[in-house]
Amino acid sequence: MKYVDEFRDGELAKIISANIAQEATAVSGYNLMEFCGGHTHAISRYGITDLLPANVRMIHGPGCPVCVLPIGRVDQAIRLALEYSVILCTYADTLRVPASGGLSLLKAKARGADVRMVYSTQDALKVARDNPEREVVFLAIGFETTTPPTAVAIQQAAAENLNNFSILCYHVLTPAAMHAILSVEGGKTVPLNGFVGPAHVSTVIGSKPYEPFADDYNKPVVIAGFEPLDVMQAILMLIRQVNDGRAEVENEFTRAVTREGNLKAQHIVDEVFELRDSFEWRGLGSVPDSALKLRSKYFSFDAELKFNVDYVPVADNKACECGAILRGEKRPQDCRIFAIGCTPDNPVGSCMVSSEGACAAHYTYGRFRQIPIVAEALS
Amino acid sequence: MKKSYTRSLDIKHGCVDMSHGSGGRSMAQLIEELFSQAFNNEYLSQGNDGALLPSIKGQLVMATDSHVVSPLFFAGGDIGCLAVHGTINDVAMMGAQPLYLAASFILEEGFPLVDLQRIVASMAKASIEAGVPIVTGDTKVVEKGKGDGVFITTTGIGVVRDGLMLSGDLARPGDKILLSGTIGDHGMAIMTQREGMTFDTPIISDTAALHGLVSAMLNCGAVIKTLRDPTRGGLATTLNEIAKQSGVGMLLQEATIPVNAAVEAACEFIGLDPLYVANEGKLIAICAPQDVEKLLQVMHEHPLGVQTAVIGEVLEDTHHFVQMVTKLGGRRMVDWLAGEQLPRIC
Ligand code: SF4
Repeated sequence: MKYVDEFRDGELAKIISANIAQEATAVSGYNLMEFCGGHTHAISRYGITDLLPANVRMIHGPGCPVCVLPIGRVDQAIRLALEYSVILCTYADTLRVPASGGLSLLKAKARGADVRMVYSTQDALKVARDNPEREVVFLAIGFETTTPPTAVAIQQAAAENLNNFSILCYHVLTPAAMHAILSVEGGKTVPLNGFVGPAHVSTVIGSKPYEPFADDYNKPVVIAGFEPLDVMQAILMLIRQVNDGRAEVENEFTRAVTREGNLKAQHIVDEVFELRDSFEWRGLGSVPDSALKLRSKYFSFDAELKFNVDYVPVADNKACECGAILRGEKRPQDCRIFAIGCTPDNPVGSCMVSSEGACAAHYTYGRFRQIPIVAEALS
Repeated sequence: MKKSYTRSLDIKHGCVDMSHGSGGRSMAQLIEELFSQAFNNEYLSQGNDGALLPSIKGQLVMATDSHVVSPLFFAGGDIGCLAVHGTINDVAMMGAQPLYLAASFILEEGFPLVDLQRIVASMAKASIEAGVPIVTGDTKVVEKGKGDGVFITTTGIGVVRDGLMLSGDLARPGDKILLSGTIGDHGMAIMTQREGMTFDTPIISDTAALHGLVSAMLNCGAVIKTLRDPTRGGLATTLNEIAKQSGVGMLLQEATIPVNAAVEAACEFIGLDPLYVANEGKLIAICAPQDVEKLLQVMHEHPLGVQTAVIGEVLEDTHHFVQMVTKLGGRRMVDWLAGEQLPRIC
């Protein structure tokens, strides 16, 4: 397919790679965080680290919706499904996230919970329409990309008086998480030199919300598409900013992202949601103004209120380093149980579940790097 | 006395009902009018519980495969020809010449006879084209809601020439890995149809019987160590199986793996990796480096092997990792699939 290959061309990659190698001269190196799980996945899947010099280090960020969901939130969903006998609709990635008591939504399903995998909020609405005698709860997770479809679903449900539909609203915000990461930076072993900014999220919110990171924290941000060449180009742009002593928001993904973003989507989101005072993230702890809840006019669609299931915080598994990984302080291979006790088939932490999770990506695509192998390139 | 008269099956409007599996007259009629006529051959028309076959010299291979595909009809084929090809290919991957097939049907009550006839005709055609007759069969009917239209299990028998031994545990470091054509066509034909996606160039299943190609390959004098058809789980899964069985690693070159443009686009859209998508008319061959040219030549000459490519080589690796140099020039692992291959969420 022309459209895709254009962004995966090996020859072009070589050129960008050579430029990076030539220009990445700072002895102190470049520590760049790719915020998004989509970028983490692309970097692992295309082996981009092989095309970077040793002093350019990519640090995985918290931009994986499933990964940042704390155990207590998954417990909440499981309780709804098991104790309140609702039909719980969820995206596939969430099914296998480990929760308390050795459960996950998938295991709850095996115990009789009515958990259904959906591809979109529209599927969830349909389930609600088709089962008027049952309560249907949609597990609404994700960053700004998945928020507008949820907002539309709520508006539809309200218009249709679909009173058996509600959502567990776990929508979270990208800029808030970046603030959280930078504000704990003092205690970090590795200082960040810049961010590869999200692709899809930025199509919605635009590039403007990243400006404080350049202006106030003096960190360059380059918004990049999810194609491997996008990521490489963004890395080169970040290196140039660092070299020039600049801290700006640059946009590599101009084919989809504007400064203002998608105003229509923002408007719909604003009509339906407002900020939560605080929300607990896995790894980042409680972050103020970092998540959304339904506005009071839509209260009746809020499953947390409707069913009175409180959020009970639960500590991560002791051995699991997901928290440190999501803060960018550790790498998957730094976890003692990586690839031993924790694998995609039997995940212990959330980062091993979604294909966008740092541990899953490293396990699936990159773990050979920790094991020297006689692997001569084909002649 | 009047000769008993049964009205012939109303194929156009009729449906499968419970009596078609009861062992009574309607079952006999279904078998006679639908199956026997289509599959017609001397062994089947013996009319016994089993087929009495001529004696065969040589080692036998037997394989069986159940087919539960949904939708039953898809671009490039249907469950009928798929069931014939699938088992023929399993027999052929052992290096055997497939000789006979048995077919067993589980029909769901209410299934339209006209669809059943279409499926049976497609099986008959596939079996005749392949030269492998369906010599015995069975039919059962399950209540409505207990099946998905039709499930078909086929079993095949074949014979291996003397001294030939193909196996998944024979790959050795230095060996080359050949792939007979594009990957992901079958799986994506099904997936896109299920999701209601349409493309400018439709994605067509590659379902095909590979024993002709295999026979050409075996006859060319090259020493083949392993043959596999990368069906469920795709190329990645099959290579991991071979790597594990042989206790070796592999290094693939992504740029050499053929993928149809529409398949790549559809995979991208749904969030799948073509390496893990099912094929039904492709094979992987592993041979020593000195045999590659010979093998490539005969495969390229065969209609089902025109796009054959050398996609990688076998390495020494105690971890049995399958690695790949990406189109971009980086390295990645091509791991076993964890769970199902699920679409991404954002
Ligand atoms: S390897 Fe598993 S347990 Fe360790 S940090 Fe990753 S997800 Fe958590």
